[in-house]
Amino acid sequence: MSAPLETVALGKRFRGRWALRDCTLRAPEQTVVGLTGPNGAGKSTLLSLAVGLLEPTEGTIRVLGRDPRRSADAIAEVGYVAQDAPLYRSFTVAETLEFARATNVRWDGALADELLGGLSRQTRVSALTPGERSRLALAVALGKRPGLVLLDEPFARLDPLAARAFLQVLMDGVAETGATVVIATRVVTDIERACERIVLLGEGGVRLDGTVEELLESHRLLTGVRRPLGRIRGVEEIVRARHSGRQLTLLVRTNGPVLDPTWTVEPIGLEELLLAYMATVELPTPRPPEPSRLRWHG
Amino acid sequence: MEFHLDPRSGLPMYLQIVQQVKDALRLGLLDVGDQLPTVREVVAAIGINPNTVAKAYRELERDGLVVARPGRGTFVASSLGSPSVEHHDALRRGLLAWLREAQRAGIDEESIRALVSSTLREALDRRVA
Repeated sequence: MSAPLETVALGKRFRGRWALRDCTLRAPEQTVVGLTGPNGAGKSTLLSLAVGLLEPTEGTIRVLGRDPRRSADAIAEVGYVAQDAPLYRSFTVAETLEFARATNVRWDGALADELLGGLSRQTRVSALTPGERSRLALAVALGKRPGLVLLDEPFARLDPLAARAFLQVLMDGVAETGATVVIATRVVTDIERACERIVLLGEGGVRLDGTVEELLESHRLLTGVRRPLGRIRGVEEIVRARHSGRQLTLLVRTNGPVLDPTWTVEPIGLEELLLAYMATVELPTPRPPEPSRLRWHG
Repeated sequence: MEFHLDPRSGLPMYLQIVQQVKDALRLGLLDVGDQLPTVREVVAAIGINPNTVAKAYRELERDGLVVARPGRGTFVASSLGSPSVEHHDALRRGLLAWLREAQRAGIDEESIRALVSSTLREALDRRVA
């Protein structure tokens, strides 16, 4: 079965520099996917490719089963909110909704209304707070009852309270529409609340891809006495190694239980896990992956 | 009931919800016939993915603890209150005595937490093994 968003070996080059390379991923039906990675990892480029604003340099991308550059129908079924939630600043909220109704084939005004809650319909967009503006942009995107929703850095300009409020409206909209959602964000604080799958871009490709459960299950923090590092049974890859004094802390990807009693084994939270991966990604010049990603800090 | 999520726990969020319902059942805060908040209510209250809540409720249903009545909601079907609840007071007193001893030994809160969680993990690992 085809997924609402699917890419195979997708790449985009701007003037000799690869903004995105070797990107193979899929956002399955009715899931919320967090697309993350450091600045310059290609998150926005991927979304622009998905809405047909850019032509791939190599590889393929399918949106709702179709080629976004050649299918206006597919794009009509995508709710896309670009960075900074672009809206007409001189329109009132009511005029913005009217404009959306008039320009979309499918429009669910009741849903948009519900998602906007008590926001005054007579206020001009230019007078809205950043939080209210994102809420309006989201209501307009979800009002299309889209099969796929693409959000580019929705939290970047919001304070933590507004970000949490935005998330509540988004999750409410997801509950109502069952849409597949891709959230491109480098803010990972609340990512676990919203997302069931995580894709982390970096080093010119997909560095991590899995459900939140898989990622939490397959990573552990090992703490022990500082020592030369050899193979540790149950460890697939050392993502990060840190030492302070005589103590050594490893973040590892496991392929089985780590039973070596000289290590204290603990689970790791998703936010810390993602930040650790992002720190291992070298940008903006992508390099071929090294066999070992061991790096020392401190 | 209201759920609290701890992003640092390393425990998937749906399991945190499962755990909190079970804790509430154990402590007698939820009883047979009580209704759990609807998925939409939880989503609206804490801004979490609706599929996560639904997954937690399915897990509780598989364990026979709750039952979903289509169109009406999810209800507690059996309790986890074990005879051991009556021992809670005595155990709490023992724990308090232990904590006072730890304080006298000059161990701070952080170390106490570390000691408790590492001992608990060790004991559980041994039971599983």
